[in-house]
Amino acid sequence: MNIKKMTVLVDSQKELLEDIYSMWLSVGIMAEHVKPGQFISVYSNDKSRLLPRPISICEVDAKQGTIRLVYRVVGEGTKEFSKLKPGDSVSIMGPLGNGFELTKQPAILIAGGIGIPPMLELAKRLDCNKTIFLGYKDALFLTEEFELYGKVIIATEDGSSGIKGNVIDAINAEAAAGSTGSVIYSCGPTPMLRAVSAYAKENHITAWISLEERMACGVGACLACVCKSYEKDNHTNVNNKRICKDGPVFNALEVEI
Amino acid sequence: MNTKINIAGVEFKNPVTTASGTFGSGAEYSELVDLNHLGAVTTKGVANTPWPGNQTPRIAETHSGMLNAIGLQNPGVDIFIRRDIPFLRQFDTKIIVNVCGKTIEEYVDTVRRLSEADVDLLEINISCPNVKEGGIAFGQDARAVEAITKVVKKNSKHPIIMKLSPNVTDITEMARAAEAGGADAVSLINTITGMKIDIHKRGFAIANKTGGLSGPAIKPIAVRMVYQTAQAVKIPIIGMGGICTTEDAIEFMMAGATAVAVGTANFTNPYATVEIACGIEAYMNQYDVKDVNALIGIIK
Repeated sequence: MNIKKMTVLVDSQKELLEDIYSMWLSVGIMAEHVKPGQFISVYSNDKSRLLPRPISICEVDAKQGTIRLVYRVVGEGTKEFSKLKPGDSVSIMGPLGNGFELTKQPAILIAGGIGIPPMLELAKRLDCNKTIFLGYKDALFLTEEFELYGKVIIATEDGSSGIKGNVIDAINAEAAAGSTGSVIYSCGPTPMLRAVSAYAKENHITAWISLEERMACGVGACLACVCKSYEKDNHTNVNNKRICKDGPVFNALEVEI
Repeated sequence: MNTKINIAGVEFKNPVTTASGTFGSGAEYSELVDLNHLGAVTTKGVANTPWPGNQTPRIAETHSGMLNAIGLQNPGVDIFIRRDIPFLRQFDTKIIVNVCGKTIEEYVDTVRRLSEADVDLLEINISCPNVKEGGIAFGQDARAVEAITKVVKKNSKHPIIMKLSPNVTDITEMARAAEAGGADAVSLINTITGMKIDIHKRGFAIANKTGGLSGPAIKPIAVRMVYQTAQAVKIPIIGMGGICTTEDAIEFMMAGATAVAVGTANFTNPYATVEIACGIEAYMNQYDVKDVNALIGIIK
């Protein structure tokens, strides 16, 4: 589907945790074309904020023509979005980025913090055995929804739920218990993705990781959101892949993070 | 109604083009915008070899503006000629190629290689604030501006637009120098050097430390500089700097711009270029302006 910018209505908005919100948007036919791992640009209604905020798509309801964003309030732009109420309008552009390629092989989903939301639609669509590792600082969100789609293993930094530590600690504990997969999907903070990449390389597993960077255009024109790639990129031929256009999902072997 | 304007013998169907660097070579935006509706597409800067650009983060938002320090990442003129020009030529719009370099020799090499290419105008970037060598180094001294303009003009088969920096004491000196060097037109303004500090991380907001400020925050400065330049030179001016709406574009034309370039606004509204092109026609209807050229420089 072609990328479109449009004004859409807010269907619902709910605070899941302090500073973590879940918002459903009525986007019509776009919902049918969204792939898990894609994102949209969300525009501020305040004209002094020029740049859209790239936010990953957490869930899709193609029948209802709705998509769900679960996002963290990190600044004035996302704070504004968190105040939107059902029936309010907001401008968005999408769907953007490449999204995850689905597999039939046993999959390991590894997500941390605000990297957790885009994995939910992926978990829903993957028709295979899934082990889902979710890493939190302390309080949990979306956990029960993931439990509908596979075995969920939780790690918390403070040890308040699941394994005390990070998702890599949880994976090592689980691997010792004999549970493995042959494809990894991951989204989360860069140190976590670095550890996931290293784990995948060591164990000769394919890993798909989803990256983020500050973006302006969202469509691959402005070259703000590049990451270092091992291969020459097909835009500039200089080992700089565009996260918004060539990603946000990359094979871990493709990019240097 | 006539919306056509003319820059150095090249006729644009309307005065609207894109500001270099905000629109790639048009391919990405062509999914959103019908390029046939633009007077011209101005490409991202291209050098004689590929440039990798700066470290990330490359951008930061500021109040009514943004800072960027992309660092002129570009694929080099060979790929550009092979891939980007044929793409743009599918559309009924003029092609302005922005050229950057680190040395005079590099500018000349790129300009020469573009001489056989099917493009309409070259815009010589002597005003990028985000690369250590080249770019702005040629744009802040009147003698250097005149010298590079002369050399580029001598080596180019296409008309030359010199893109000027606002990071100077008197932009009219640079415009006069470009005119004296044989420039066919000038374009202004490039971004204004700025800085943002992230007080939570206690560091610079962008990796390059400084970046170029663009967006509506700089518009009054750009209008003033276009006005001053229009009083100082006879060659046409392509005006830019924070243009977001039709009203902004008309303001630049009244200040003396023959054409206008839309830059940062593409990020806020990908349809901005076409909306402004249509908006200019609506304005002409409203005020019974028969020829868009009648708006150029009417404020004295």
